[in-house]
Amino acid sequence: MAMLKVDDIHVYYGSIHAVKGVSFEVNEGEIVTLIGANGAGKSTVLNTVSGLLHPRTGSVRFLEQDLKGAAPHKVVEKGLAQVPEGRRIFLQMTVEENLEMGAYTQPSSAIAPGVADVYKRFPRLEERRRQIAGTLSGGEQQMLAMGRALMSRPKLLMLDEPSMGLAPILVEQIFDIIKELHAAGTTILLVEQNAQAALSVANRAYVLETGRISLSGTGAELMASDQVRKAYLGG
Amino acid sequence: MLIFLNHLINGISLGSVYAIIALGYTMVYGIAKMLNFAHGDVIMVGAYICFFSVSSFHLPPAAGVLLAVIACTALGIVIERLAYKPLRQATSLAVLITAIGVSYFLQNGAQLLWSSNIKMFPSFFSSQPISLFGGELKITIAAIVTVLACVVIMLALTWFTGRTKMGKAMRACSEDKGAAQLMGINVNATISMTFAIGSALAAIAGVLFCSVYPTLTPTTGSMPGIKAFTAAVFGGIGSIPGALLGGILLGIIEIFASAYISTQMSNAIVFAVLIVVLLVRPSGLLGKQIREKV
Repeated sequence: MAMLKVDDIHVYYGSIHAVKGVSFEVNEGEIVTLIGANGAGKSTVLNTVSGLLHPRTGSVRFLEQDLKGAAPHKVVEKGLAQVPEGRRIFLQMTVEENLEMGAYTQPSSAIAPGVADVYKRFPRLEERRRQIAGTLSGGEQQMLAMGRALMSRPKLLMLDEPSMGLAPILVEQIFDIIKELHAAGTTILLVEQNAQAALSVANRAYVLETGRISLSGTGAELMASDQVRKAYLGG
Repeated sequence: MLIFLNHLINGISLGSVYAIIALGYTMVYGIAKMLNFAHGDVIMVGAYICFFSVSSFHLPPAAGVLLAVIACTALGIVIERLAYKPLRQATSLAVLITAIGVSYFLQNGAQLLWSSNIKMFPSFFSSQPISLFGGELKITIAAIVTVLACVVIMLALTWFTGRTKMGKAMRACSEDKGAAQLMGINVNATISMTFAIGSALAAIAGVLFCSVYPTLTPTTGSMPGIKAFTAAVFGGIGSIPGALLGGILLGIIEIFASAYISTQMSNAIVFAVLIVVLLVRPSGLLGKQIREKV
């Protein structure tokens, strides 16, 4: 059964038709990736699932429930968390306060164990727990953004360009963490421009081009496809 | 020297009122990113409610203050819901004009309900000042209460924004509303809460202000409102300690200017100082330097 089912959504920014009939699904326990060039509409799709944007037509269903008109904070309560593009951590708050904000929908008794789990996964964050988040390095900020999203104990974690702006060694680290999270039972929807890395961890993948899905298949199939190799993997 | 001290105390006391009003401006700006120019008129409404509770219904002053706080809190929430919330996606200019409209609405509404005749606000505090140094240094009870109220409010807000879940959510919203929503924070509820707090503070400020300047009319709120807005910008709009510092400095400057330079010119001097500060430090004394890290 599909955990997340996006059916033929059309999303507009004013009069700009950004997403033109996108459908895909994520099954429980999968890593699914949406790849595509800048401006293809990847973030728009994620923000629509998160309830920050609303589709003009089409539907988003999560765990059999229609998310139509649901406010973003309701979507988080249902177990769907997003690590947004550019990380968007709260730069003027401490590392620990950022994590507390991630647990906003959780009872206060869940904060301490949640924080402990995040620190176990990201020991660097524990070293910097009282530091203002704006002083962290790019890689640490990405870890904080991921840790913060995990605080809501999501059933499905959506990551928007987690590798953006990071050095190759850090990209590798972030993808290792994604694999670990998946192994620990989190279902993941990954949006990436780094197609190579994304396809290598994904069970299934969709290629998004100017607001439409142009191709889909398993990670290995797309990795082998001529079209994908030419457009996204540098030949 | 004692005269100087007297002026300083008066300045700090007046500045404390400005600071309490400025806190409302700055919190709303920090979270809703809008200048609520109707904030000053909420002060006036609070003062009227307290006035009628005490003068017409003979309630004790504390009950009058409490009623004013409750009424203004509700008023703040209603104003936000009816006038500003529908404009969440609109340009900031549209919101600004709406705020000015709400300001006129409140002033004219007050005139309709309560007439434009001057009401003499009752004095809640003993007019007998505390005398020190053989009567050379006089401190009024009103001044002491005002400064104490300001200190208590400041401590309470610091605790609220630094320690409570709702307060931290407010800071998160003021930094990045979209990210706050992705955390599960209900941004609309947070904005409502901010208006509620700001308006409750406005009610307290209204009572304190009218205890010192007892002539109450429907436009009573506009001058302290504008001064407090100036104080908020002076201290760095969006910053809570900035509002406190800006308010108190503004009060001191105003009292000194009228005592040592010219009473008529005191407002001009206050605004001249603001202009100079903004030329040197456009983000205000404690304003956040906007740094973006991608």
